[in-house]
Amino acid sequence: METRQQAGGAQGDASPDPLLQVDGVTLAFGGVKALTGVSFGVQPGSITAVIGPNGAGKTSLFNTISGFYRPTAGQIRFQGEDITGVPAPQRARRGLGRSFQNIALFRGMTVLDNIKLGRHAHLRSNVLDALFYLGRARREEAALRADIEERIIDFLEIDHIRHAPVAALPYGLQKRVEMARALAMQPKILMLDEPVAGMNREETEDMARFILDVREEWGVTVLMVEHDMGMVMDLSDYVVVLNFGQVIAQGTPAAVQADPEVIRAYLGSGDVGDLRARLHGGHAAAPVLQGAV
Amino acid sequence: MDWAYLFEISLTGIAGGGLYALAALAFVMVYKATRVVNIAIGELLMVGAYLFFTFASMFALPLWIAIPAAVIGTGLLGALIERTMIRPLLGEPPISVFMVTVGLASVLVGLVEMIWTADQRRLIDFMPTRPIVIGDAFLAPKVAWGAVVAVVFIAAVLLVFRFWRGGVALRATASDQAAAYSVGINVPRVFSLAWVVSAMIAAVSGIIVGSIGGISSSMGVFGLSVLVVVIVGGLDSVLGALVGGLLIGLIEALAGAYLGGEYKLLATFIVLVAVLLVRPYGLFGTHEIERL
Repeated sequence: METRQQAGGAQGDASPDPLLQVDGVTLAFGGVKALTGVSFGVQPGSITAVIGPNGAGKTSLFNTISGFYRPTAGQIRFQGEDITGVPAPQRARRGLGRSFQNIALFRGMTVLDNIKLGRHAHLRSNVLDALFYLGRARREEAALRADIEERIIDFLEIDHIRHAPVAALPYGLQKRVEMARALAMQPKILMLDEPVAGMNREETEDMARFILDVREEWGVTVLMVEHDMGMVMDLSDYVVVLNFGQVIAQGTPAAVQADPEVIRAYLGSGDVGDLRARLHGGHAAAPVLQGAV
Repeated sequence: MDWAYLFEISLTGIAGGGLYALAALAFVMVYKATRVVNIAIGELLMVGAYLFFTFASMFALPLWIAIPAAVIGTGLLGALIERTMIRPLLGEPPISVFMVTVGLASVLVGLVEMIWTADQRRLIDFMPTRPIVIGDAFLAPKVAWGAVVAVVFIAAVLLVFRFWRGGVALRATASDQAAAYSVGINVPRVFSLAWVVSAMIAAVSGIIVGSIGGISSSMGVFGLSVLVVVIVGGLDSVLGALVGGLLIGLIEALAGAYLGGEYKLLATFIVLVAVLLVRPYGLFGTHEIERL
């Protein structure tokens, strides 16, 4: 309770309207409730993380926000507008870019083709345009587009593989290409589903740097689902903890880390006081939490 | 060995194969985008031919209206089929959708017999009738022009789908649906598009096939050869449709000339079995096997 009020003070009342507001979202598959009354806001310019044990409903939440699932109850607002009934492709066009937990790239295409497809949503052209490629305005637009693509490729350091087929790339690079494609959509909010899952330490650090830079250099708000607790606590401004489809805590990383509910969810019940002490003990605590995830 | 004769037969076979390739392209278009095995492809072709017959012979419309009208009409039918029969089955096992297309084939045959009766009909002659002579070889004009139209059409379809946004969307959807959604591609609309374009291509090949051999309610049998073509070429491969079409056309012609007409189907099915033994996913297909 304490933490929630803290969060409200820091994130809710004082600050401007959230970019993305999830409001009482419930998602049921038949009799199984994947999400129950989930509410939280994502502030513009923030890095917000959703964490929780396996099966807590994090990916269901992501799929609901990006429009793959229609919530049974509740509302999703983006830039103040209710988008609960808006289909997924439309949401992408409005500025919800995302990556997937199990990498969804266009296999059989090159890295560059994949990135270019990120711009697909914003293209307006017909058959004749495409065949004859007329008009200065179009050429200028193409130049601008190429410029953005170049910046993204530079930024994510994937220049050396731009013509490589994505299917042949190692896992870590595929994740990066997926992020590049999402960025090419010039999203207002970038949703990353487990951006560092299965990565080694070095790849994880690279990705963490990219996520921070996305916010700093591109001004894109980030919402991510992540298991790597060390990374979540280092990067995030705001953390939402899900367990069994419900929000059990939200607030700053420090506040969430101290929440007994969270500790219980991750480590099972036990001597909470002892664990809290170890968590507060600083860096040594992180592996404990990580190991349990 | 009479080399001139062989050359002539081969030319005829390749020209006929061009038609197979066009019809196979219609099949691959739907399979690639939606993973639906459309058994009714031959019947769609038939509907296209009958619509052309209606517009050109019954209403006596000029060709430049009758052909587009037949093609667009079949395209609308494709859209209707996708919307009412295929889309509601999204997410169902492939066998269900497959069985729906089997049913669709007989529904279409029934409709054609109800509307136009089961009699054989001739389409009006609109292709040049001067025989084509290449070297010493003689080529039936209808077959030759049919092949030319088929090739032009295949090239046009491939070009449009290479550069047009809709074509890019189609390839992206075929590759990964979730990813397609996430970059703002309207996936259901791509499904519609695939069916419409496929039906339109089928109509064009139906008009050509019909003007070569006449039309009847059993014309859908042509679809069987098309199935052989796409299985040999690989269900989801455009290149496979083209190569497979030419190959099957050539084999049919050679078998027909040197072994006798009754060996045509035998020869193509032997090729089918041989290809499946060596490459179960077809010559150019993606290495994954669909079980039906």
